[in-house]
Amino acid sequence: MAYMKRSPWIIHYDGSSCNGCDIEVLACLTPLYDVERFGIINTGNPKHADIFVVTGSVNEQNREVIRNIYEQMPQPKVVVALGICACSGGVFRECYNVEGGMDKVIPVDVYVPGCPVRPEQIIDGVVKALGVLEEKRARMKSGAPAEATV
Amino acid sequence: MSRQIVIPFGPQHPVLPEPLHLDLVMEDERVVDVIPSIGYVHRGLEKLVEKRDYKDFVFIAERICGICSFIHGMTYCHAVEGVMDLDVPPRAVYLRTVWSELSRLHSHLLWLGLLADSMGFESLFMQAWRLREHVLDDLESTTGNRVIQGACKVGGVRHDVSDQKLREIVDGLGQLEAGMQDLTNVFVHDDSVKHRLSDLGVLTEQQAWDLGAAGPVLRASGVANDIRQTGYAAYDELEFTPVVETAGDCYARTVVRAKELFTSVDLIRQAVDRIPEGPIDMKVTGNPKGEFYARSEQPRGEVVHYVKANGTKNLVRFRVRTPTFTNLPPLLAAMKGIELADVPVVVLSIDPCIGCAER
Repeated sequence: MAYMKRSPWIIHYDGSSCNGCDIEVLACLTPLYDVERFGIINTGNPKHADIFVVTGSVNEQNREVIRNIYEQMPQPKVVVALGICACSGGVFRECYNVEGGMDKVIPVDVYVPGCPVRPEQIIDGVVKALGVLEEKRARMKSGAPAEATV
Repeated sequence: MSRQIVIPFGPQHPVLPEPLHLDLVMEDERVVDVIPSIGYVHRGLEKLVEKRDYKDFVFIAERICGICSFIHGMTYCHAVEGVMDLDVPPRAVYLRTVWSELSRLHSHLLWLGLLADSMGFESLFMQAWRLREHVLDDLESTTGNRVIQGACKVGGVRHDVSDQKLREIVDGLGQLEAGMQDLTNVFVHDDSVKHRLSDLGVLTEQQAWDLGAAGPVLRASGVANDIRQTGYAAYDELEFTPVVETAGDCYARTVVRAKELFTSVDLIRQAVDRIPEGPIDMKVTGNPKGEFYARSEQPRGEVVHYVKANGTKNLVRFRVRTPTFTNLPPLLAAMKGIELADVPVVVLSIDPCIGCAER
């Protein structure tokens, strides 16, 4: 069976964000932007997902949940950090309960800043993630681990 | 009596756009008790007032929640203006009212879509969100942003909107209204929707009042309580009657929100008809001293912003009481006795906004 490199399945999780980026993720799926026409589906099951779209600045309680979702996803997998909160903590950076950035918890491949991110930016980020996914798949095919060691 | 088991619901669940965790205590298919645990979105932003200038804090108040963002920013501004005893220019007050109602339109359309999604009615979900994009276009063309607008500031608003643009918005609302009529007809009259929502998650008037329900949840149980009637912003000069239903079930809560769409359109029309000419902001000098409670009606119910200041540029205390937080106890009461398959619908029927509730 041919490998479908243009129709990734996505899992979305709100890692302590304000909702703004999350409703824009949903807006991508609905008629104006409609990424579902390319076969991109928002799934609720981590084991079905290729791309982890995650928002928010991550608080104490959410850390384990995010890590669980990430670890349950099969290789190759790509993490897209959506919004300035997921990139660096954003306006909440100095709050007492936030980690300040998704990369403190899981490895992030694509950063999409913005407050909130626009649907066009989200789509752009996911397209970029497709390239990363392809690289990781090629690496796995050659027998190397999907995640490049730095 | 059959054996009790506990089923965890959330924090990551396909029907929830946001993390909320509920432990459902079940007897066979019936929910007998619900134990909530929250805190997945708690950022602790109230304490940030100690580090931010009170004028800059509007940006953070707007980011309490991305859906009701404008009204959070406005209520914070009301609170600070209350402390400082500022008289905001009337044009700014009217513009705030227009943006508040546009926010309500987009929030209710968003919720109607999510409710349809929770019932498995995908095409209806898509239709609701298709209409919502028209409202977002209006917000974007007047403020520059789709979701978090950043249009409000202490002492006024950041952008003026020309009268011609306001007229265009009102003309566009005519078309939107026709679309919303088709959409809400399905929610209100369709047999499968009625069958799914009627007599589900019932809250009596007494229960809703005692448990502190707010907004559409309270109005669906027969209490005509709408904070817009207290006449903040320009609402004292506009005419409307709160939408009230009496059944207290999920269907009543849907009908209330569906009808409120048209109230909002009507309020925008009235506001555009009456909007006065003049400046949109005023010079704000000095620092606030004192305390103030500001109340507004959000799409989800009453929000209270409390501000305490001591004459420095940082506030001493900022406290928010959000509608979703007060709607959680009524939700737990409404969930007792329902079947497991109805849990997503009943949870969504209070329009949960966890970003607001936990801050």
